[in-house]
Amino acid sequence: MILRMLHDVLALGVPFSVALLLAALGEMFNQRAGVFNLGCEGIMSMGAFLAFLPSHLLSGGPLAPWAPSAGFALAALSGALLGALFALVTVTFRAPQGIAGIGLQMLGWGTAGVVFRHFIGGVTGIPGVAAWPVPGLSRIPFLGDVLFRHDPVVYLAYLAVPACALLLYRTSWGLRVRAVGTYPRAADTMGIRVARVRYQALVLGGAMAGVGGGYLSLCQARMFADDLVAGRGFIAVALVYFGRWTPLGITFGALLFSLAQALQLAIQVAGIKFPYEFAVMLPYALVIAVLALARRSRMLGPSALGKPYDREIRV
Amino acid sequence: MTTRFRTAYAVAVGAAAALAALAVASLVLLAIGARPLTTFATILTGPLQDLFGISEILVRAVPLTLVALGVSISFRSGILNIGAEGQMQVGILASTAVALALRSLPGPALLPLALLAGAAAGALWGGLAGWLRARLEVNEILSTVMLNYIAAQLYTFLLRGPMIDPAELMTGSGTPQSQRLPRAAWLDRLVPGTRLHSGLLLALALSFLVWLLLWRTTFGFRLRAAGAERRAARYAGVQVERSLVLAMLLAGGFAGLAGAVEVAGVHHRAIEAISAGYGFAGIVVALFGGLHPAGIVPAAAFFGLMLVGADMTQRSAGVPANMVLVLEGVIILAIVSAGMVMNNPYGQERAARLLRRLLRPGGGEAPPASAGEGSP
Repeated sequence: MILRMLHDVLALGVPFSVALLLAALGEMFNQRAGVFNLGCEGIMSMGAFLAFLPSHLLSGGPLAPWAPSAGFALAALSGALLGALFALVTVTFRAPQGIAGIGLQMLGWGTAGVVFRHFIGGVTGIPGVAAWPVPGLSRIPFLGDVLFRHDPVVYLAYLAVPACALLLYRTSWGLRVRAVGTYPRAADTMGIRVARVRYQALVLGGAMAGVGGGYLSLCQARMFADDLVAGRGFIAVALVYFGRWTPLGITFGALLFSLAQALQLAIQVAGIKFPYEFAVMLPYALVIAVLALARRSRMLGPSALGKPYDREIRV
Repeated sequence: MTTRFRTAYAVAVGAAAALAALAVASLVLLAIGARPLTTFATILTGPLQDLFGISEILVRAVPLTLVALGVSISFRSGILNIGAEGQMQVGILASTAVALALRSLPGPALLPLALLAGAAAGALWGGLAGWLRARLEVNEILSTVMLNYIAAQLYTFLLRGPMIDPAELMTGSGTPQSQRLPRAAWLDRLVPGTRLHSGLLLALALSFLVWLLLWRTTFGFRLRAAGAERRAARYAGVQVERSLVLAMLLAGGFAGLAGAVEVAGVHHRAIEAISAGYGFAGIVVALFGGLHPAGIVPAAAFFGLMLVGADMTQRSAGVPANMVLVLEGVIILAIVSAGMVMNNPYGQERAARLLRRLLRPGGGEAPPASAGEGSP
């Protein structure tokens, strides 16, 4: 019984982590470059809607098999565009990042809602992405079900973890990102174009958040609703703190949250009496607890985080 | 640089920001096949056609003013309160619970108690985020956003369970709403036939009090000092952590009061979606009003107009009412960008140089001893 429940929780929790993982890895690049992007939530909303759209429009048609790929491409594109918009506001215009992020969140969330209500309106299901069990590996008892019986995006998301680590720590672009987020003036002196690197990081981070949002509508919920993202963008930002700005720490955090969410579902399914609303509250309360516990890690963060840079202004 | 140039620069930046905001909003409208100019015109003029429309603008301006006052106190004190939505909801719950539980109290005592209960609950909800920030260094934006989600769940839980109107259970319709408040807990209506209530006067009075508090008391000066330059304030003996918590208590209190006033003045019971967006719109109102009561009151009226107008476009032009969220988002982005560009001295210099080059295509030399320097 316990083993059965553990199995279910783990098998659910792994795919649940994908949206958080992708968005938080993207946010990691933003913050490593020194920009705190709270608009992640809005980017994910737009991504979730645009990823859903092709599947909805093409369902039943001859192009239906291509719909999920087109959806993810649209989600990434919209995320990149919103990331660039945020870069314009915070890097070029040097606006305060916290409040600008809330503006971007409202813009993305509002736009997704407006377009959704105008064109679709109600709850409509989409086929989503079929599971693709990894040949061989998926037959391992227990572990096979937990790790290797998911849709392909799950595997790609977990491959993105080492890829992001390589990009951040082993490429010259990653070094530039870290330099710009730690000591932009020194980076500038060395000929690194601070604004350009920050734009690139925000575009990349935005695209990843868009795909993360797309995963929610396309693979996880298989539908779209106004509040589908429900704070996951903000949780992703918190995870970056919790994971101490490292890919591995962030992965651990994303899994922790998704397992908590899966556990909450399992408890409901098991028929244990517990008000549904309190179960939904748990992850949000967990964020606050995690932030309070991780406060020491702030010192490990990029030292120029949240500070706009202008070569001409001496501070 | 002359003062005149500086003013012209500020006006130009402001106009550019406004145009950019309208352009982004127009893109969204074009995407759903609506005509941007017609839509903007409907939003801005539709509600002004009759007395009822105007009264509705003011009805919405009341919670917007109250929330924005609280937000401006917190922003001025260096702590960004995004949690007004949740603080409003706990305020609604507390004031409704108090008004229903103490219904036997004589009239003049019940209403103030209910309003105070709402303010107190909001203050606690906001103060929690302030305490977390001051003591445990929890980022207040994230914690207030999380508290919003938690409050929303608490709200539905209480309205569907413990606080639901027994009549709803009897008839079996099960609409999640509380019992109707006793009449003694209602705010008076100001104009017969409209929903305009005396909360408007309360909001105006509190705007004046907030101005007094922030600009005419030592307490307010300490708050603003802590917000403007934390280290300097600490060096001057301001207990920065304490002022963060106090600012959040006040900000939450205003949002909670906004919720209580909305119940007592408009709906007379707690219903779902009462706070719908006022918490977020209040942030935009505070920024638009320059974080100053004298700006917040007109800004609240303007956003009240936008909210009523957006409801109208939904009916007349089929533009979903959450178009307001899009407008609020682009307005925030435009305000914070324009604010930074206006106050960036180097940007001003760059603009001045560019202007000179444009005005004198032949020369390119700076005018001798920049004539207007120093004189206003």
